[in-house]
Amino acid sequence: MDFFPLFNSLRIALVSTAIVFFLGIFAAYYIAKMPRIVKGVLDVVLTLPLVLPPTVVGYLLLRLLGPKRLIGAWILETFGARLTMTWWSAIFATAVVAFPLMYRTARGAFESFDETLAQSAQTLGLGNTYIFWRIRIPCCRAGILAGTVLAFARALGEYGATSMIAGYTPGRTATISTTVYQLWRTGDDAQAFAWVMVNLAISAVVLLAVNFFERRQVAGRGRR
Amino acid sequence: MSLFVDIEKKLGDFTLRVQFEAGDETLALFGASGCGKSMTLKCIAGVEKPDRGRIVCGDTVFFDSERKIDLPPQKRRVGFLFQSYALFPNMTVRQNISAGVRTLRGAAREERVEKVLRTMRIAHIANQYPRTLSGGEQQRTALARILVNEPQLLLLDEPFSALDSHLRFELEREVGAISRSFGKTALLVSHDRGEVFRLCDSIAVMHAGEVELVDTKSAVFENPRTKNAALLTHCRNISRIEQLGEDRIRALDWGVELTVTRDFTLARYVAIRPHNIALGSEENAVRCRLVQAVNEPFSAALTLVTEDGGEIFWETDKATCARAMTGEVNISFPPQALLPLF
Repeated sequence: MDFFPLFNSLRIALVSTAIVFFLGIFAAYYIAKMPRIVKGVLDVVLTLPLVLPPTVVGYLLLRLLGPKRLIGAWILETFGARLTMTWWSAIFATAVVAFPLMYRTARGAFESFDETLAQSAQTLGLGNTYIFWRIRIPCCRAGILAGTVLAFARALGEYGATSMIAGYTPGRTATISTTVYQLWRTGDDAQAFAWVMVNLAISAVVLLAVNFFERRQVAGRGRR
Repeated sequence: MSLFVDIEKKLGDFTLRVQFEAGDETLALFGASGCGKSMTLKCIAGVEKPDRGRIVCGDTVFFDSERKIDLPPQKRRVGFLFQSYALFPNMTVRQNISAGVRTLRGAAREERVEKVLRTMRIAHIANQYPRTLSGGEQQRTALARILVNEPQLLLLDEPFSALDSHLRFELEREVGAISRSFGKTALLVSHDRGEVFRLCDSIAVMHAGEVELVDTKSAVFENPRTKNAALLTHCRNISRIEQLGEDRIRALDWGVELTVTRDFTLARYVAIRPHNIALGSEENAVRCRLVQAVNEPFSAALTLVTEDGGEIFWETDKATCARAMTGEVNISFPPQALLPLF
């Protein structure tokens, strides 16, 4: 068995989770402070990828990043790099699809944060960066971790948008999900089943992790 | 050091319009819940921003809407004791206090933290997290964190409301000792008459977003002057009045004529504290019917109704109460105890 799809899926999921982690947290933090109308609009736009079919996301991404499209053409011209059909093309797809999960979970955690903690920290002379990283984030840790794990799981399982923007090239852009589809299509049932089992195992671990963090969050609240 | 506050802030259909001054003393912001006391403290601390006005502490201008000054809360050096204590749940007691040290670093910082842990008697819980502490320990930790911060001004927001009554007494003494030895301006937000009386030098009576009056503690309790101040100091017997002459008024709600000695010229109400009412039919006698008698541990609280249907609350000792239990009672209002309210 060639383990490239596992390795490729993991690196795509890890990189896009890292990106989504920071983008999701900052979006959640700054959007929560915005006026209500702006907040409502941004909320809809940022959550859309969660409800759109992945093929629609893939299509929209191709419209933007394709070699003859606005951003794709510009990047190709200035950096000589294609944004589609490479292994890291899938990062765009998985990041967009996983972003809403991180954003919404982080926002939920931030909304339940007790603002008097930040206020008392300010009166004690603590800087806003310190308050954000040393008080706000640790207090919302459980929610943020749950969001991260969910985003990772979603990125790992992404198929539709990935297959459109990165395609399926064995040994270059193949991921677990695209490999399962290809193996099934070409009638290699035993191999397809092996990859299905790998995917099941990873997903089970991820869900166990989510439950673990959620239980810790509930326990943490119960003590107060 | 002194504090000058004159601010305005609109919150929905509620407008906070507060003006007062305080010297090196403990001043109570005394009012019912929802009157804007806590918001006033937050504006002084800088965690909320008034729409306009001025806040000056000593020589430092905290806020001046005309001169566009709005000092960040970090630079105001205000010790704010929150109602919920606002201890950082992800830090131990020691870390919480250490976070409050402003300037010292390294060993000097540690030494400072250890010292305050000892003086506040929380050294034994230094490595515990706030959620494992009792209410009293949480409050001592919050106080330690404020003291180590070397504030120029103390703001105490209902500091005892989250505590059991037996703890309140002890912690109240502790906070009292701290605010007295502080030697600078301290503001205490409270709706508790006893707390205010025991801890404060002066009182600012607040009602519906405004400061009605500022005076010394004894003056406010001796002569509350406004209806809200009277109610807040538990002066529960209040009646509208009609002027009859120089020293004669008619209490409309009680349906009785009374002789007074204080100046009632501009007064709109008359009030008398429940414990100033006497049994007997001397001056200002009123014939009442007993409606209800409630036994308190060492006194009795009686509800009476005058012949015109006005309710009167009377606090007296148990022996007097027993003599009044006949159903019909003659009580009298000593003229000196009748307070004019405006």
